[in-house]
Amino acid sequence: MKLKSFSGGLHPPDSKEYSAHKPIERCPLPEELIIPAAQHIGAPADICVAVGDQVKKGQVIANANGFVSVPIHASTSGEVIAVEPRLHPMGRELPAVVIKPDGLDQWHESLRQNDPEQLDVDSLKNLIRDAGIVGMGGATFPTHVKLSPPEEKTIDTLILNGVECEPFLTADHRLMLEESERIIDGINILRKVLGIDQAIIGIEVNKPDAIEKLTRDCAAHNIQVQPLKVRYPQGAEKQLINACTGRQVPSGGLPMDCGVVVQNVGTAAAISDAVRLGRPLVERIATITGPGIVEPKNLRITIGTPLQYLVDQCGGLNGEPAKIIMGGPMMGQTQLSLDVPAIRGTSGVLVFREEDLPKMPAGPCIRCGRCIGVCPIHLQPTTIAAYARLEMIDAAENYNALDCIECGCCTYICPATLPLVQSIRHAKGGIMAKRRKI
Amino acid sequence: MLAAVLSIGGIGLVAAATLGLAAKKFAVEVDPRELAILEVLPGVNCGACGLPGCSGYAKGVAEGTIAPNLCTPGGSETVEAIADILGIEAITIEPQVAIVACQGDNRKATNKYRYLGLQDCNAAQKLADGPKTCPGGCLGLGSCERACPFGAIEMTAENLAVINREKCTGCEKCVAVCPRQVIKMVPLKATVHVLCNSHDKGALIRKYCQIGCIGCHICKKTVPEAYVVENFLAFADYEHIENAAAAIEKCPTKCIRDFSTGYPEGSSFPPATVPVKHPAA
Repeated sequence: MKLKSFSGGLHPPDSKEYSAHKPIERCPLPEELIIPAAQHIGAPADICVAVGDQVKKGQVIANANGFVSVPIHASTSGEVIAVEPRLHPMGRELPAVVIKPDGLDQWHESLRQNDPEQLDVDSLKNLIRDAGIVGMGGATFPTHVKLSPPEEKTIDTLILNGVECEPFLTADHRLMLEESERIIDGINILRKVLGIDQAIIGIEVNKPDAIEKLTRDCAAHNIQVQPLKVRYPQGAEKQLINACTGRQVPSGGLPMDCGVVVQNVGTAAAISDAVRLGRPLVERIATITGPGIVEPKNLRITIGTPLQYLVDQCGGLNGEPAKIIMGGPMMGQTQLSLDVPAIRGTSGVLVFREEDLPKMPAGPCIRCGRCIGVCPIHLQPTTIAAYARLEMIDAAENYNALDCIECGCCTYICPATLPLVQSIRHAKGGIMAKRRKI
Repeated sequence: MLAAVLSIGGIGLVAAATLGLAAKKFAVEVDPRELAILEVLPGVNCGACGLPGCSGYAKGVAEGTIAPNLCTPGGSETVEAIADILGIEAITIEPQVAIVACQGDNRKATNKYRYLGLQDCNAAQKLADGPKTCPGGCLGLGSCERACPFGAIEMTAENLAVINREKCTGCEKCVAVCPRQVIKMVPLKATVHVLCNSHDKGALIRKYCQIGCIGCHICKKTVPEAYVVENFLAFADYEHIENAAAAIEKCPTKCIRDFSTGYPEGSSFPPATVPVKHPAA
C-alpha cells in the first residue's frame, strides 16, 4: 500500500539511533532554576513574585498578559533568589525568575484533581489556559487559543502530531511508547472541548513500535492511527493536514480554515495532567543528543533547568562543542552558551563538535532549482532570497515570501550552501515592517 | 500612390495642428525659478532634504513650502546659488559628515558567535542582536557601504566601516540603514571624535574590546571644555574643539581619533584635510 504523505520535502538522515532506544529518565533538580517570563508565542507573562518569596511547585509566578498569552508557574518548591534579566534561548537577556529549590518538590495546595467528564467545555478551556499549556512540538503557541476557533469555522477533525520529523529528536517517540494512556486521555479531553469525534494520530513509519503500540491502545477509543511516509517537514501543521486528510490550508490561512485542529502528542499528554491531576506545565520530555554528548538520553526535565546541567546528566560533553542547538537541527535555535535554561518549547538539545559541521563557504546560486523542488509550500526560495539580498521587498512579497514556514529544506539541499531561509526571513521581516508602517 | 501620400500626409497635418493647439491650451506653467534651482542642485536624488528627489525639493523651495538650506550634499555653494535665484539672503548650514563611532574591528573586538549567514547587518542583528559582543559596535557586514549613493564608505579587511570625509555629503542614508545606530552625524569642521558607541561599564568593555571608551574621564580631566562623559561614554563637545586633540595621547584605550592625522586602522583613506569642502560660513 502506498503510504500517505505530502508533496515536496526531503528525507535527511534521521540520526535517531543515538537515543531512540533509551527509556525516559527523570532529570534531578539542579542548584537553581531559571524560569523566563517569555516561553510562548504572544505577550510575555507579567512576573508577580519578588526576591525572597517562598514558592511551591505549580504556583503562578507570572500572570498571562492578554488572550494570546499563558501564565508561568514555579517548576518546583523553593525560594525566589532573583528576578532579573537572564540569557534566554532567544539569544538576549530577558526577564526571568530564578528559584533555588528546597528539595521538597512540594505541589501548591490550590491544585485540585478534576474529572473531565463532569466539567463543561469552558471550564476545560480555562483549566488548559491556567495550566500554561502551549504547543509542545517547539512552536509554543498557546493551546487555548487554538481550541477557541471563531464561531463561523466548523472543526471536524483533530490531528495529533506524532510525526517528530526533525532528525535526532526522539522525545515524542518515547512518550508514545511509554505513556500512551496520557496521550489518549488528552485526546479525549480535546475531542470534548472541540465537540468532535474524529481524531487521527499521524506517525511516520520509522517508529514502527510506536505505531503498533498506539494502534493497539487506541482501538477502544475510536482514534485512528495513520502511518506516514518518512519525509521532512511532515510535522509542520499544514503538511501534516495535507498528508493525513488530503486537505490544503489556503495561503495565509490557518488549519481551522479547512476544519482541522492540530496538536502535538506531548501537548495532549500535558493537557491530561492539567485537567485530570490539576498540574500545570512544569516539566517536559526532551532529547539530549548529538555527537558532542557522551551518552545521549531522553530526559524528563524540569522547566528552567540550565542546559549545562542537562548535558552533565548525559555524561557531559564529548569534546569541545562548536554548535549547540535547542530543538531540532532543521528548525532549532543555535544557542550562545550552555547557561540558558530549558523552556516549555525545548524538545531537544543537540551538541555538535567542529568536525561534525559542514565546512563549505557559500557560493553563487547555480540555478539548479533543487530548493524549488523540495519546498513544501511550492515557493521559489532562490528567487525570494535574491530579492531579499537586493532589499526588493515588494517583489519578495509578490513571490509569497510570507507563506514560507522556515522549515529549512531549501538551505539543507542547496549545493551552493546559500543561507536561503535566513534571506527569506529577512524579507518577511521587511514585509511585516512595511505593513506596520502603512 | 498619390492617394496614400495625401491621406497619410493629411492625417499628419491634422494631428500636428491638434497637438500644437493642445500644447498652447493645456500648457503647464512651470515656475522658471524651479527649473533654475533644479539646475544648481547636485541631482543625486539622495533624499537628505526629506523629499524623494531633487525635483521635488526644487519645486518645494520655489513655492516656499520648504527651507532653502536643506541640501547637505550641495553644501554652502548650492545654498548660496539657491538664495541668489530666490533673491534672499543665504542662511548657510553647518556642513555635516557621518562618522562610524567604532574602531572595534575583528582584531580588536570579540564576537559572541561565528556568523555564517547573509552578509547584511540588519539580517545579522536579528540573530541574538548580532554577532558582535559589544551591543553598539559596527557589525562590519557592509549594509552602509551598499546604501551610500556617493561611494564614500569602505569596509576594511577586518570588517570595520570607515567613511571618507571628503566624499561624504551628509545625506544620512547610512544612518538610516545601520541597525546599531553606530553612524553619527558630526560637524565637518571637527576632526577629533570619540569613536565608541557602547555605554557599558569599563570593566565589561575591556572584556570584549581593546579600543572602546571605558568612561574613565581622563579626556575630560585633560581638556575639560572639549569633552562630556555621559553614562560611561565620552563625547567630544563640538562647540569647543580647539584643544580637543590634546587628550588623544592621554586616552588609555586610544578610542579618540583625530581624522586629520589619519583614519582608523585598516582604512585606505589618506588623512583628512580641514576643512575639506564647502567651507563653513
